[in-house]
Amino acid sequence: MKRHLALAAVTALASAFAATAGDVVGTITLKGTPPKEKDITPLKEDPNCGKLHTAMPTTKFYVVGAKGELADVVVSLEGISGKSTGASAKPVVMDQKNCIYVPQILAVQTGQKLVVKNSDPVLHNVHSVPTVAGNPEDNKAQMPGGADLTFSFPKAEEFIKFKCDVHPWMFAWVSVFDHPYFAVSGADGTFKIANVPPGKYTLKANHRKAGVVTQEIEVKDGAPTTVALSLDAK
Amino acid sequence: MDLAEKGSRPLHWFAFLTAAATLVLLGIGGLVTSHGAGMAVPDWPTTYGYNMFFFPFSYWMGGIFYEHSHRLVATLVGVLVVALTRWLGGRPSRLPLAIIGGLELLAGLALGALGPNWRGAGHFLAGIGGVVLLAAAVWARNAPAPRPLPLLGWVAFFGVQIQGLLGGLRVVLFQDEIGIFHATLAQLFFLLLCLVVLLTSRWWRTLAAALSTVGGGPSSRLSWWMLAATALILFQLMIGATMRHQHAGLAIPDFPLAYGKLWPAMDADSVAAYNQQRLEVTALNPITAFQIGLQMTHRLVALLILVAVGVCAAKAWRLARRSGRAQGAVATNRPVQSLARISLVWFDLILVQALLGAATIWSNKAADLATAHVIFGALSLALGGIVTVISFKLPAPAQAGLPVLEPGGRQGWNATANAMSQPFSSRPLPSGAASHTS
Repeated sequence: MKRHLALAAVTALASAFAATAGDVVGTITLKGTPPKEKDITPLKEDPNCGKLHTAMPTTKFYVVGAKGELADVVVSLEGISGKSTGASAKPVVMDQKNCIYVPQILAVQTGQKLVVKNSDPVLHNVHSVPTVAGNPEDNKAQMPGGADLTFSFPKAEEFIKFKCDVHPWMFAWVSVFDHPYFAVSGADGTFKIANVPPGKYTLKANHRKAGVVTQEIEVKDGAPTTVALSLDAK
Repeated sequence: MDLAEKGSRPLHWFAFLTAAATLVLLGIGGLVTSHGAGMAVPDWPTTYGYNMFFFPFSYWMGGIFYEHSHRLVATLVGVLVVALTRWLGGRPSRLPLAIIGGLELLAGLALGALGPNWRGAGHFLAGIGGVVLLAAAVWARNAPAPRPLPLLGWVAFFGVQIQGLLGGLRVVLFQDEIGIFHATLAQLFFLLLCLVVLLTSRWWRTLAAALSTVGGGPSSRLSWWMLAATALILFQLMIGATMRHQHAGLAIPDFPLAYGKLWPAMDADSVAAYNQQRLEVTALNPITAFQIGLQMTHRLVALLILVAVGVCAAKAWRLARRSGRAQGAVATNRPVQSLARISLVWFDLILVQALLGAATIWSNKAADLATAHVIFGALSLALGGIVTVISFKLPAPAQAGLPVLEPGGRQGWNATANAMSQPFSSRPLPSGAASHTS
């Protein structure tokens, strides 16, 4: 009976907490004209991977919409740490399709599983190259049709490089946070960080090439906080 | 041609073959780094779980092709070096080879018994032990080569095994620093084999025989210039290895300027801007201020080398001219003349190497050019080592003349040696000298 009461109390507290949390939503745009993306000539010329592409593939550093909506920006809250729920969070999936990582920019929590698939008819090696102490470097082979690979990082680190050394044009970047309050902007430039506890935060938007922009925000009880951020093309 | 002469010729050519195979290996190693393929095979000594000798050819794709070829050619070089060690060491080398081979075989078997994680390394070590045992067991009862060749053979023997181990550890321990050491040791290893080729050559034996009656003397300033220039080249190769194994591509994308300036900005904001502005097609590490500084140092040291080797070549030519005049207009001094010619080739190599360095930048580090830069670097070091050793062997000009040589090999050398026992002014000109120089 006591156990049931305790459980009910915890549930009630959690519900109360969830009710007061708010979402941070927003849009990110790019100012200026980004540099022209580069042709990935080695991919097109590769005897195995090249035939998976009918047109010349290009790099995708700046994925920008018609109105400047910028994708692949990692948005996160600063000053909030040690709240990772990665161990119980749903795994994040990265695939290898046509000898390119999809997606190329991802974000996970510490301890959260990152599952890497190989949908290609060729073998790859998946090589993670973290630089923060405590995040181990790893390099795993993955044959065509081979089992999924799983990676996980215990320490927070921005933009851990993943690469395939067999096909050196293949690379992706994975940011690791020790809390769940982050998002990656989509093709329409929008993002949503859900269930943020009320309070004042610094919102940080980090793009591999356009750099970093921050904004002070305040999340109020249950209300969504809307922000608009812009980054300059370099 | 005496029996010793006959026997040493195959040894010389075998040493040449080993050195040539090593240069090929170095080139493939250069391709591995230039293509960023060092980790394309995640396991070692197995290849994607296969015994490396039975890895299906259909999987030799992309970066695997370079890395796996590198491993196979390295194995071939390992076998050649074991045979060379046995040949240079002669009969006395059999017992140590048998002991080392036996120990490696046993250690390999013991490792294999530790479990699946150690089986690959165990097979690798046992394989090496087997080759070493074979070299100890099956061979002619040959005499050791003249000193210091047996010692050089042993240095190569241990060097090649350390190199193999370093290459493997680079893969399984994820340490770029090991790659830098591996690359530098490879250059030194190639230099060592080139010196073995020189010391087993008929040319060298003839020189040594002729000079044996003159004895050693104070080395000329030229020798020290050559040593310093060679050491500078080695230093430059270490810088180059560090640059290549940081996998950051070109830290400075333009030449002769650096980011449009004589000396680039290296503060944190500037470095961040460099990284943001470059769009990488391959997976490169971000540029750091250290790497920019390293490339600037590489450029400055290249300039120093160009000057130093130029001075060496000029001094060698002056020495050759002076020795020719001192011994009469028709006299020929082949070792000094040869030293002058090789020094000129050395200088030419450095010029080509500088051009390749510039072309590597202008081509945005095209793999073939970057690899050619590595190969020419190895050749520059090797030739530097060769001219240095020759120059130290020759008596200083201050001594009572230099050996006057006739064409015709050993007889000519012997005549020279006899002649040199007389006072310089009363030495007869060699009979073939006039025809040689005409």
